[in-house]
Amino acid sequence: MTAPLVDIRGVSHRFGQLAVLKNVSLRIEPGSYTILLGPSGSGKTTLLSILGGFVTPSEGKVFIRGEDCTSVPPAKRPTTTVFQDYALFPHMSVGGNVGFGLRMQGVDGTRRAAKAREALALVGLASAFDKKPHQLSGGQRQRVALARALVIEPAVLLLDEPLGALDLKLRRQMQDELKAIQKRVGTAFIHVTHDQEEAMALADHCVVMNDGRIEDEGPPERVYARPATRFSATFMGESTILAGTVMKATNGAITVSTPAGAILLPGPQPAGTSIALAIRPEYLRLGETKGDIALGSAKVSDVVFQGSFKRVLATSALDPALQFIAKAPASTTVQAGDTVVVSCNADDIIQLAD
Amino acid sequence: MRQVIRVASWIYALAVYGFIFLPVVVLVLFSLQSTSFPIPPFTGPSLRWYDAVLSDARLTSALLNSLLVAVLSSATAVTLGFLSAWGFARFVLPGSGLLRGLITLPLTVSYLIIGMGLLVLFNWGGVPKSLLAAGIGHVVINLPLCFAIIYSQMGDHQINIERAARDLGAPEWKVLLLITVPVMAPAIFAGFFLSMTFSWDEFVISFLLTRFDTTLPVEIWNLLRSGLNPKTNAVGSLVFAVSIVLVVLFELTLLRRRKP
Repeated sequence: MTAPLVDIRGVSHRFGQLAVLKNVSLRIEPGSYTILLGPSGSGKTTLLSILGGFVTPSEGKVFIRGEDCTSVPPAKRPTTTVFQDYALFPHMSVGGNVGFGLRMQGVDGTRRAAKAREALALVGLASAFDKKPHQLSGGQRQRVALARALVIEPAVLLLDEPLGALDLKLRRQMQDELKAIQKRVGTAFIHVTHDQEEAMALADHCVVMNDGRIEDEGPPERVYARPATRFSATFMGESTILAGTVMKATNGAITVSTPAGAILLPGPQPAGTSIALAIRPEYLRLGETKGDIALGSAKVSDVVFQGSFKRVLATSALDPALQFIAKAPASTTVQAGDTVVVSCNADDIIQLAD
Repeated sequence: MRQVIRVASWIYALAVYGFIFLPVVVLVLFSLQSTSFPIPPFTGPSLRWYDAVLSDARLTSALLNSLLVAVLSSATAVTLGFLSAWGFARFVLPGSGLLRGLITLPLTVSYLIIGMGLLVLFNWGGVPKSLLAAGIGHVVINLPLCFAIIYSQMGDHQINIERAARDLGAPEWKVLLLITVPVMAPAIFAGFFLSMTFSWDEFVISFLLTRFDTTLPVEIWNLLRSGLNPKTNAVGSLVFAVSIVLVVLFELTLLRRRKP
């Protein structure tokens, strides 16, 4: 097995009394697009700062290309960062900005300009070479920051919420471009975001963080379809969560008692274990029992038309604390105030570590 | 009634502006006098007294001394002020608030006290009365000012710009020279021009700390001891004109800062 490009081993960090990272370990493969996904305060930006060398962790080690980089300053490590506010040098032209890293390496003016032009062409801004940053739009500044970071050919490119300041349409467009650029240059990208759609669209490897820990990591398809924890089931997409207890365990099958009734599932847990079950909105069925597991009836509290589908919120008749979130076809006639029967298939129920 | 208030407010405005500007107007007007006494009636205009000033070796050498002291002391004050502002803005220092207060404290101390203090200190330390001594005095009064101006403009938004430069491989001195100084240039120039203004017409400290070579305000004072004549008006007008230029430069650099 080849060594990973980046190997984070048992990293913890405290700001004063506040522990922001708690024993985090993570490996990043060459050429991968990794997304650190989490709410604010989850420690994802701190982890990125530790990778970039701006923060030295309280405990643990960071290896990049097999070398211990834990306390190597930013200037001396093979990473570059695209900052959230882009941090372009306002007094330099776009070409001067992009060429800055090469200038620091002592590359002569002609080669520097040629390489800077190449990098600008890569991000589709070849014509902006002589402009000043303040003459560019937000999206263009973003591209300049990207070109500036890529031109010195880092081993790892770090992106701190790079699309956070852009409006939605531009964000989706830049998102596609980021992915295309990453595939073209083949550099490993590590990208911090709190936008789960961005995460699903971009990541080869999705790392869900919460409260200073990694909750779940893997390909986004797997993290979405089979989230490991309750947190990732609710943060990466929406879910209906059923909290329950195992009543009976026989030959690898368990009967779980939940507010929506008893559910028979395959599983190894002994009787008495607390368990949480998640069902993705697209797998909840409304109307007469269509799935093999009945979840009782529910009163529809809200129907939101979202274009290609309708998002239905319903409160269980068995337990008012239980909220169902379902995705119904756009043609559905369900309305707020209706009572519907809810069901699903046993295969679509996800068992979560609590 | 409203008419009365209007007239009264006009009179008041004229009185205030007259009070402020009449001395300057009189000074400049009688510097153009063609006869030997700067008193009415006005007999000019004539440039003979300006000619007299510029052919007076003592006055011209004092003028050059003043320029030299102003430029060098302001450059020193702005350099030291910039470095201390950068230190306070970028690093966590113990007792930072107290130290910042101490560095700006000389702004509240009178020039007379600073001048006397330096005189005693230089006497004791064996530094002779000279332009150098006066220049050091001007650094003492202008450093807090430069620090305050530059520190107030050194916001957090530049931190990421400096970080980006470091991230791209710049050693610390290149970050300062290639990034921080150019980004802070408007505040640095503003501090420089304001220091020049204060140094240019500073009298008390220069009077106490110079002996043979002196600055222009001290030389004017020497001239005034032999009574008023249009020559003193002419040299006063020159000092005033230079101050105006410096203040305008200061305003322009600050204004440019506000609309990037």
